[in-house]
Amino acid sequence: MSKRANPFLTGWLVAGFAFLYIPILSLILFSFNESKLVTVWAGFSTRWYKSLLENQQILDAAALSVRIGLVSACLAVVLGTAVAVALTRFGHFRGRALLSGLSTAPLVMPEVITGLSLLLLFVAMEQILGWPAGRGMLTIIIAHTTFAMAYVAVVVQSRLTGMDPSIEEAAMDLGARPGKVFFVITLPIIAPALVSGFLLAFTLSLDDLVISSFVSGPGASTLPMVIYSKVRLGLSPEINALATLMVAVVGIGVLIAGVLMNRASKARLRDEQMAIAGDRQPGQAA
Amino acid sequence: MSRASALPLGDRLASGHGAEARLIAALPPLRLLLNLLARLPLSGRQLVTALPYLWLLLFFLVPFIIVMKISLADQLIAQPPYSSLVEWTEKGYLTIKLNLGNYLFLLGDALYVNAYLRSVEVAFFSALICLVIGYPMAYAMARADPAWRGVLLMLVVLPFWTSFLLRVYAWIGLLNNNGVINNVLISLGLISEPIVMMRTNFAVYVGIVYSYLPFMILPLYSTLEKMDLTLLEAAEDLGCRPFKAFLTITLPLSLPGIVAGFSLVFIPALGEFVIPDLLGGTDTLMIGKVLWDEFFANRAWPIASAVAIAMLSLVLLIMAFQHWLARRAEAGR
Repeated sequence: MSKRANPFLTGWLVAGFAFLYIPILSLILFSFNESKLVTVWAGFSTRWYKSLLENQQILDAAALSVRIGLVSACLAVVLGTAVAVALTRFGHFRGRALLSGLSTAPLVMPEVITGLSLLLLFVAMEQILGWPAGRGMLTIIIAHTTFAMAYVAVVVQSRLTGMDPSIEEAAMDLGARPGKVFFVITLPIIAPALVSGFLLAFTLSLDDLVISSFVSGPGASTLPMVIYSKVRLGLSPEINALATLMVAVVGIGVLIAGVLMNRASKARLRDEQMAIAGDRQPGQAA
Repeated sequence: MSRASALPLGDRLASGHGAEARLIAALPPLRLLLNLLARLPLSGRQLVTALPYLWLLLFFLVPFIIVMKISLADQLIAQPPYSSLVEWTEKGYLTIKLNLGNYLFLLGDALYVNAYLRSVEVAFFSALICLVIGYPMAYAMARADPAWRGVLLMLVVLPFWTSFLLRVYAWIGLLNNNGVINNVLISLGLISEPIVMMRTNFAVYVGIVYSYLPFMILPLYSTLEKMDLTLLEAAEDLGCRPFKAFLTITLPLSLPGIVAGFSLVFIPALGEFVIPDLLGGTDTLMIGKVLWDEFFANRAWPIASAVAIAMLSLVLLIMAFQHWLARRAEAGR
C-alpha cells in the first residue's frame, strides 16, 4: 500500500518540524554570541557560559530545583504506580471511579487553579494544624508530587494493561503471594515504564513555574522562578547559555534512555524466545 | 517479635537509615499516615489503594473545596486576607455567611467578562490552528515508512522535554522589533521598517500554537496510525477518488483523535499565564493572567478564588462534553 510519498505532505512535515525546532536552534546559536545583544551576531564566544557559571543565584536555584525534582519524582513514582496497580489489577472496588477521576484530573487542570487551590490548602492547614509551618521546599515537593503522580499513573497503567497477564497468573498458581508476585514478576517487567515515569515527573517538576510560584515562600526560588524574573526584564545571553545546557542534558539523557530501553526490550524478547524454544525441545524429543 | 517491629510502621521506617527514612522523617504527616494505616485492619491490597487515595483527596480534592469556600468569603485586610464563613454568635448559634458578592463583582466588571470571553476565543482559535497545522503532519507521520515513524515521533516529543519557559523565551528573541525575524526580513530588503509583533495578540497565538502543537499531533498520530488501510484500498477498488476517500473514511475515523487533540490544546491554553504574560501586550487579557494579577498584585484572594471557580466550571463542562462524546461513540459502535 505504501506508495510514493506525497510531496505536499513531506513539505508540510518538514515545515512543521522547522517551526518546532527553529526557536530552539536560535536560542542555542545566540548563546555563543559575543555581543550582549541577543539577536545580532557579533562573533563566536563562550563568555556567557562563564558568566552563567559564576552566577550564584542561578546555581543555587538550579540545585534547589534538582533536589525538589528528585524527591517529588520518587514520591510520584511510588504513588502513581500504586494508582496504576489499583486501577488495573484490583478489579472493581468501591470508590474506583473516584480514584480514576482524581488521578487523571490533574492532567487537564489549568496550572493557575492547581497552584491557587494548593496554596489555600497549605494556608488553611497551617492555621488549623500548624503544619506545614511556612512555605518553601516542602510545599513545592507536595505540589509537584500531586500533579506528577497523575502522569506516572498514566504511563505505568498503559504498561500494566499491555503486559501478558499469564506470567503473573502462573506465579500466583505456583503459590507466590500477591506482594511477592508484584516485586519479583511485575516490577521488573514494568521497570521501563517506571523509569520513563520518573524522568517525566522529574522534568515536569524542573520545568514548573506557575504552581511553584503559588506554593513557594520567601527564600525558596526554583530555577524557573529565577529565569522568569530575569526574562521579564528582557533578553539575557546568560539565559540562552542556560537553555543550551538544559537542551544538551535533556538530549543526551533521552538518547541514553532510548538506547538502554531498546537494549532491555531486545534482551527480554530474546529471553522469551529462548524460553519458548526451551519449552518445545522436550516435546520434540519425545 | 523484636522491639523494632512493635513500633508503628511509620516510626519504624523513619528510624531506619537511607533515603526513605530521611524522607519519612521530613514529612510528619506521611509518618502519621503510615502509623494510622498500619493500625487499621487493612490488607496489602487496601493499603496500596488507600495511600494514593488519601494523598489525592487531601492534596487535590480538598483544595477545591477550600477555593469554593474562599470564593464566598469577604475580602479582609488581614493575614490570610479573607473572612471565615462559619462563625459562632454570642448566643451560641452557628451562622454561615455566604457572600456571592465576589461573583457579582466579576459579572459586573467588563474586565473580567472580557478576559473570560477572550480566553475562550484565543484557546479555541489556537486549537483550530494547531489542528490545521498538526493534521497533515500527523497524517504524513502515520503514512511514513515504519522505520522512520519512531524517529519522527521522537522529534515531536523532544521539545516537551526542554523547558517550556525557555521555549517561550526563545520567541521573544525571534519576534522583537530588533529580533531575528525582523533582521532577516530587513536584510533581505523585503521590509524597511520592523513589523511590530512582540506584545501583540499575534505573538500570543504563535506562542500557544508553538507550545501545544505536540499535544495535537500525538493523539492524531495514534488514531491515524491504527487505522485499517484496507478500507482505503476497498474504496479505491470501488472507484472512489483519494480525496473523497479521505473525507468519507479517514476523517471520520480520526474524529476521536481530533476531539482528544483539540481538548488537549484548548484546556491548557484557556488557563495559560506564561505566554500572555511574556509575549502578550497590555490589551491581551486572559483569565489565567487576571487570576495571577488578582492574587499576586492585588492580594485579592476571594476574587482570585471566584475567578478560579468560574474557570473550573468551564473546564468541567468541556470534560463532561468530551465524556458524552466518547460515550456516544462507544454506543454507536
